[in-house]
Amino acid sequence: MPPLINQEKCIQCGTCVEICPLDVIKKENNLIVVKYPDECWHCRACVMDCPKEAISIRYPLSHMMLHMPAPNVAGRE
Amino acid sequence: MSLKKHPTIVKADFLIIGGGIAGLQAGISAAENGMDTLILEKANTKRSGNGCGGNDHFMCYIPEYHGEDFEQIMPEVMDTLVGSNQDANLFRIMLERSFPVIEKWESYGINMRPTGQWNFEGHAMPGRRLYHLKYDGSNQKACLTKAALVAGAKIMNKVIVNEILVNEDGRFVGAIGINIRENEPEMILFQAKAGLIAVGEAMRMYPGNNPAYIFNTSHCPANTGSGAAMALRAGARLVNLDLPSRHAGPKYFTRSGKGTWIGALTDIHGELVGPFVKDIHVSRKLPDPTADVWKDCFIKMMESGKGPVYMNCTGISEEDQKHMRKALVSEGCTSINEYLDQYHIDLRKEMIEFGQYEHMFYMNGIDVDESSMSTIPGLYAAGMSVGNVRGDITSAAVFGDLSAENAAQYIKDVEDYDVNALPVIQEKMDLYTHLLRNEPGANWKESNTTLQKIMDEYVGTKVRSETLLTAGRKYICDLRDYSKEKLQAENSHEFMRSLEVLDLLDLAEACAVSAVERRESRGAYHKRTDYTFTNPLLNNKFQTITLTEDGLTTKFRDRIRR
Repeated sequence: MPPLINQEKCIQCGTCVEICPLDVIKKENNLIVVKYPDECWHCRACVMDCPKEAISIRYPLSHMMLHMPAPNVAGRE
Repeated sequence: MSLKKHPTIVKADFLIIGGGIAGLQAGISAAENGMDTLILEKANTKRSGNGCGGNDHFMCYIPEYHGEDFEQIMPEVMDTLVGSNQDANLFRIMLERSFPVIEKWESYGINMRPTGQWNFEGHAMPGRRLYHLKYDGSNQKACLTKAALVAGAKIMNKVIVNEILVNEDGRFVGAIGINIRENEPEMILFQAKAGLIAVGEAMRMYPGNNPAYIFNTSHCPANTGSGAAMALRAGARLVNLDLPSRHAGPKYFTRSGKGTWIGALTDIHGELVGPFVKDIHVSRKLPDPTADVWKDCFIKMMESGKGPVYMNCTGISEEDQKHMRKALVSEGCTSINEYLDQYHIDLRKEMIEFGQYEHMFYMNGIDVDESSMSTIPGLYAAGMSVGNVRGDITSAAVFGDLSAENAAQYIKDVEDYDVNALPVIQEKMDLYTHLLRNEPGANWKESNTTLQKIMDEYVGTKVRSETLLTAGRKYICDLRDYSKEKLQAENSHEFMRSLEVLDLLDLAEACAVSAVERRESRGAYHKRTDYTFTNPLLNNKFQTITLTEDGLTTKFRDRIRR
């Protein structure tokens, strides 16, 4: 579920809780928890502002980016 | 859960609702103009809303770059994607004041010249001048926040605003806010001489790419049309709710920033979709403008069976590939970069399918005059919640700036007004207490997703008619009645979401009413099957809507053309 918090790196500083534009991350019982993962916009504010690089984003299959090999690329039929 | 109440009324000269680009720019200007200024933001101004990660195009007119023939330049810019459905006097003000704002942004530490000079790219027509300054906005919110604080503005983060307060003379006197920082929401009364609505557009009104994931939206899904909804309830005039517009971008990773992609639009065989570029070997200066001109090309190509349409970046130079990936960072789209990397998608070899996104009330909202004031004295609006000038970065910054200058003059003749006894406060408290009652009830998502379904089927952008729109309005009103009765919030987060849905419902009804009253077809998305023609008598006519004693009342007014 996006975002993912590495609890070993996390120092519970609360930066992500403070800056998440969607109010997705909360501090509960002295632990940072991703309480509303479905409401994540994947803006990566938490990743960019985390002082310990403890947050990563998993991109869910609901957000699958549709792509197709280009026919005009050299070396491809 | 009980509703906490802040013990005192919080007072300011100028109350700014929303800490995005418009709100922060207004905060800087207001404080510099000597006003006691308070900015309220539902998240944190350093990282909130559409601009949270950055932006990269600042539409502008720079005399030293573009030349002095402003009267030639005006229509040329209005021909680009930024031109439609606006009052020309406001558009003129936006352009004229764009460069001074850019100079201010440089002074705040925002990199407006990443190449060292004024560099314009994209959103351009072949053979014409370019008007979109390519800047690096990745730190814009932090810089604007710092500048606002340095200027002396105060910021309260994690405070939503749910109601505008007007006195018996109909002028702005304050607002009802809710502090959502703690688990239990706290109601705060604000009292001010002037106010600014500077919140976002209405996302989450229509179903998105993947209807099960309603936060998979092109713009920030925290924006739920609250500014326009509050203004409407308070008696302000809204405009253009009948004319939808739709963005486009990657499917199904919904994200704005189409103009940051450097490529040509092609079909599955690599054949060009539009006539504006010669082949797929486009450059950063002039990527394919087809989607800016043929705004519903993605829908039309799918409907005709000729789709899908792809953003084909395989013909651009290696240098432009790197440039584009860097620009996606400036634009706040680091997640697109990260997604491409995580899923091993190489834009040198792969084409990305683009599609049309849902309508989001982007140029549909509060009707403002040249001082950026709404029809409520003392209540200004800027940015995405404005309906008669485009709400993007330039507009937000310019009208934020300008509204504060005008408010500084306005408040000189205004007395403080004690808001405490206004009857709407008790009405709202009753609603809040009911939402927080200790018994099982409906979750806000039930209401939000049903609203999306109703809007899509009855107030949609594919088919509109008197019967569909009339039924849609009825269902919206029913859903609002049920929601007010059944919704229940377990904590301040759910409380905020519930109020967002109620705002969406108010705006949805006004949209349905406006759409019924425009008895013609116009543009790509107001297509009436009962009035299939475009009526020339309604050219340059904007429809307004106001909540009066007789209910929602619509009128046509002339679009200001000079």
